[in-house]
Amino acid sequence: MEARRASRTVSDPKVRHVGFFTPDPNPHPGRTPLASDAPVSNALSPVMIPPPRQPSDRTAAVPVPETGQRRQTGADQVPVGSYNPSESLLSSSPLPSSPSSRVGLVDGEFSEESGGWLRRSESEKYASSLPDTMVERAPENSASAAPRLESKKSVEVTGKGGKAVLEEQNEVQSSSKPLKEKTTKAERRALQEAQRAAKASGKEGNKSAAVSQGAASVKPVKQPSQKKDGPPVSVSVVSFDKKGGDRPPEKERKKDVPAPRMQFDDKSRVQKAKKHAVVKQTEARNRVELFRHLPQYEHGTQLPDLESKFFQLDPVHPAIYKVGLQYLAGDISGGNARCIAMLQAFKEAIEDYSTPQEKTLARDLTAKISSYVSFFIECRPLSISMGNAIRFLKTHKVIVRHAITKIRDGDVLLTYGSSCVVEMILLYAHEMGKQFRVVVVDSRPKLEGQALLRRLVAKGLSCAYSHINALSYIMHEVTKVFLGAASVLSNGTVYSRVGTASVAMVANAFHVPVLICCEAYKFHERVQLDSICSNELGDPDAIAKVPGRTDVNYLNNWANKENLQLLNLMYDATPADYISMIVTDYGMIPPTSVPVIVREYRRDHVFL
Amino acid sequence: MVDVQGLVNELVSKLRRRKVEGSSATARLTAELLRSVISQSKLPTTNQPAALIDAVRDVGEKLIAANPIELAVGNIVRRVLHIIREEDHSNARDAVEGFRLSVGGDNDYIVEQDHLNLSAAAQSSLCRPSLHALLERSPDSETTYFTATSEDDSEEKSKSLDQNAKSLKFRRKVISAVNDLIEDINTCHLMIAELAVKHIHHNKVILTFGRSRTVKEFLCAAKEKKRSFGVFVAEGAPKYQGHLLAKELAARGLQTTVITDSAVFAMISRVNMVIVGVHAVMANGGVIGPVGLNMVALAARKHAVPFVVVTGTHKLCPLYPNNPGVPLNEMRSPSEVLSFEQFSDCMDYRIGTGAPQLLVVNPAFDYVPPELVSLFITDIGGYCPSYMYRLIADYYSSDDVVIQQKPAS
Repeated sequence: MEARRASRTVSDPKVRHVGFFTPDPNPHPGRTPLASDAPVSNALSPVMIPPPRQPSDRTAAVPVPETGQRRQTGADQVPVGSYNPSESLLSSSPLPSSPSSRVGLVDGEFSEESGGWLRRSESEKYASSLPDTMVERAPENSASAAPRLESKKSVEVTGKGGKAVLEEQNEVQSSSKPLKEKTTKAERRALQEAQRAAKASGKEGNKSAAVSQGAASVKPVKQPSQKKDGPPVSVSVVSFDKKGGDRPPEKERKKDVPAPRMQFDDKSRVQKAKKHAVVKQTEARNRVELFRHLPQYEHGTQLPDLESKFFQLDPVHPAIYKVGLQYLAGDISGGNARCIAMLQAFKEAIEDYSTPQEKTLARDLTAKISSYVSFFIECRPLSISMGNAIRFLKTHKVIVRHAITKIRDGDVLLTYGSSCVVEMILLYAHEMGKQFRVVVVDSRPKLEGQALLRRLVAKGLSCAYSHINALSYIMHEVTKVFLGAASVLSNGTVYSRVGTASVAMVANAFHVPVLICCEAYKFHERVQLDSICSNELGDPDAIAKVPGRTDVNYLNNWANKENLQLLNLMYDATPADYISMIVTDYGMIPPTSVPVIVREYRRDHVFL
Repeated sequence: MVDVQGLVNELVSKLRRRKVEGSSATARLTAELLRSVISQSKLPTTNQPAALIDAVRDVGEKLIAANPIELAVGNIVRRVLHIIREEDHSNARDAVEGFRLSVGGDNDYIVEQDHLNLSAAAQSSLCRPSLHALLERSPDSETTYFTATSEDDSEEKSKSLDQNAKSLKFRRKVISAVNDLIEDINTCHLMIAELAVKHIHHNKVILTFGRSRTVKEFLCAAKEKKRSFGVFVAEGAPKYQGHLLAKELAARGLQTTVITDSAVFAMISRVNMVIVGVHAVMANGGVIGPVGLNMVALAARKHAVPFVVVTGTHKLCPLYPNNPGVPLNEMRSPSEVLSFEQFSDCMDYRIGTGAPQLLVVNPAFDYVPPELVSLFITDIGGYCPSYMYRLIADYYSSDDVVIQQKPAS
């Protein structure tokens, strides 16, 4: 919590929550104190539509307008796209499958705009847990939305530990009611409620109907009261408040469905709602109102602020901060440039990262990354490419969780080369206290295993190290083999670092199971049977020189010998029959299921 | 003359300190040393073969104990012992012949019987006992056999001149046989190379692993016969002898490509034949070769590529791999695999139980089971792994398989 609060001080949320908060001073104080659940995600523009993972995702409506509205109430919105999937993965929630909820959302788009985000996420949760009628959901949504609004207030942008923020957010949402009372948010909430009650006088009644009507009424109300979404939010909040009684049960339901997933859903739904909103709003709004749902641009207002805080940013890595400022100042523009800058900043931050004493690597690192992402979002809304890229960072957590169920005490695990996913798995399992040994097998010319070996030994794992030639010697005491992959092809062939095929073959000969740990984005619809038709060649000089062995100098001046060639292959194709199981973020699948994943899940990804 | 004991000690220390390594070199040195032992040893007038056998056995034990992993040493010792026994039996046969002739015609029938029994006994003791021979052999013939030797002795006493001549002849015969053996060791690769052209045709792609002189001569002989083919050489870490072989083959005009050991599986689908040299061949047809050979053999089996082993007969070992006296492997220094400078800080860690945290494994050899070997090409021809036991019967006596330190009796 402290971390989040600290991050909040880094960048004044007021500054960035453009458009959503500026007209309403009240929500600000209320928002800030509470745990910053929602990072800047609120500020995400509606154009950032994260690819929905499941059909239910599509039902999740309207992230954008709601976010906008929610801003007032506390943008504890889960950051668009990037966090959501991981968040949902983390909570391993069932897919929200709420067509009804969607319907409800569509209807109540406007009210949802205001608090719809919360409500929708609620409904998402509910959708998965109990597919009720939309009517039911609407009230629940509003009820849940109300607490969420509160939490949103507290959340503010760039909460540090974004992931934790997300979780917190969920919790806040679920327990927003009690939180309300506990914190100063309650005061803000009261203020908002008062406002909303004033505006929503006519909005009682059938919730679904009320929602849409409320939205409509909200709009006019909105206009006078705030230039941005405050009123609608308050309206919805008011209506939500009415459903206070539903909140406690909603809390549990909220916990079932992860906020991130709702985020995505919210996005698409927000999009739809936005369209609706556009239509309905044109009559009453000017151009600015058209983009009411978007974070408004406050040129220059944040920059000095943020710059002044540069040296105080404990929670945010300087590289991250720098890139954020560059976004803000417009120094970096263009999807690719921003994405690359963001990834490079992450790279620096991750390189400098070291797990704090009491925390676990996976959770803490993801929390940090989430906080950075929220910071970025605050500076400038994420592009889709960045969102997807960030999502990829988070998928590892799911894979790790699946894979460590396969590690038992007393295991001897063999790994080849250096795969980041396998390393994460081993370190996490070690942190969890499992007793096992690791055998690191390495090969020329890259000798990547040495780096992995060093990292594992530094963390206290008991390791053995050998060259790939000694496989037959050590394989008889190995219980499982964990391998990484560069890509998995549709016929189940694993395309990865050269030598992986040999490892899998020898393991197969000794009847040792082989597990491939691979993120789903590495699956490809191509098929390949051998390593020759498609490969990559490395530097042949790397073979001629053996580092550290001056006596091996036979191949000096090899280029002068006309009949002599050196071949440095980078990849090879491991046949599917050597592989026992592939661990992905979708779960553990046999190699024969790869084309299914490619077909069913990959088409959802826009970046494919 | 020459101090035999000193020679023995010298070779023992060379073996122990790994100054001399490799099957051919150690085999040759062992054979030469044993030749000296035979020529220098003082033999009693009676029962020379047994004395020779004891002398050679004595030296052999020391040599084998100096470097147990060098199976070629034990092979040569057993070969020499077998030569001695062979000569002894052929002498016995001749003696019986002579005895029969000298006895005369009274007991022609009995003598013939004895002669037949003797020859049968002599033959059966030399050859692998077949069912037929077992059934033929009667207790009489066995006793006759022993009587023959004692008769041999008695003959020696009676015909001292003959005896001296015979003993000289015996030693000389043994030494000439040992010379043949040394000659075989030195020229085995030539004999094998003559068979090369039968196995390598145009546009073949050959994969080899590490460096073997026999393989080199094999491939070069085919090249001499104007066959054009390509060779992939796997470098064979951590010795990296593959680099040297590639350089030599390229110098001889062969299209050579060096690949890393990890790329063997990737490339083997493109290869027509795998030809390797090995360290030793066991009695069951399995081979002990450079580390990594099992991986290559498995890949070849997976892709249905013939796995051909070229070997001289001096590498043929009468022991089985599960024999506790046979060390299948030897550990070399981890510095060949992992640099001490980079990892010295890690080497000191200990985990809770006090076991070392970092263990570096660097075996020198690999065992390949006979199922994975398609063909053995030796200097006496090509054979499949299931025939190896037959060759062993030709070259070794079963009495010599176990050469242990015997207590002085």
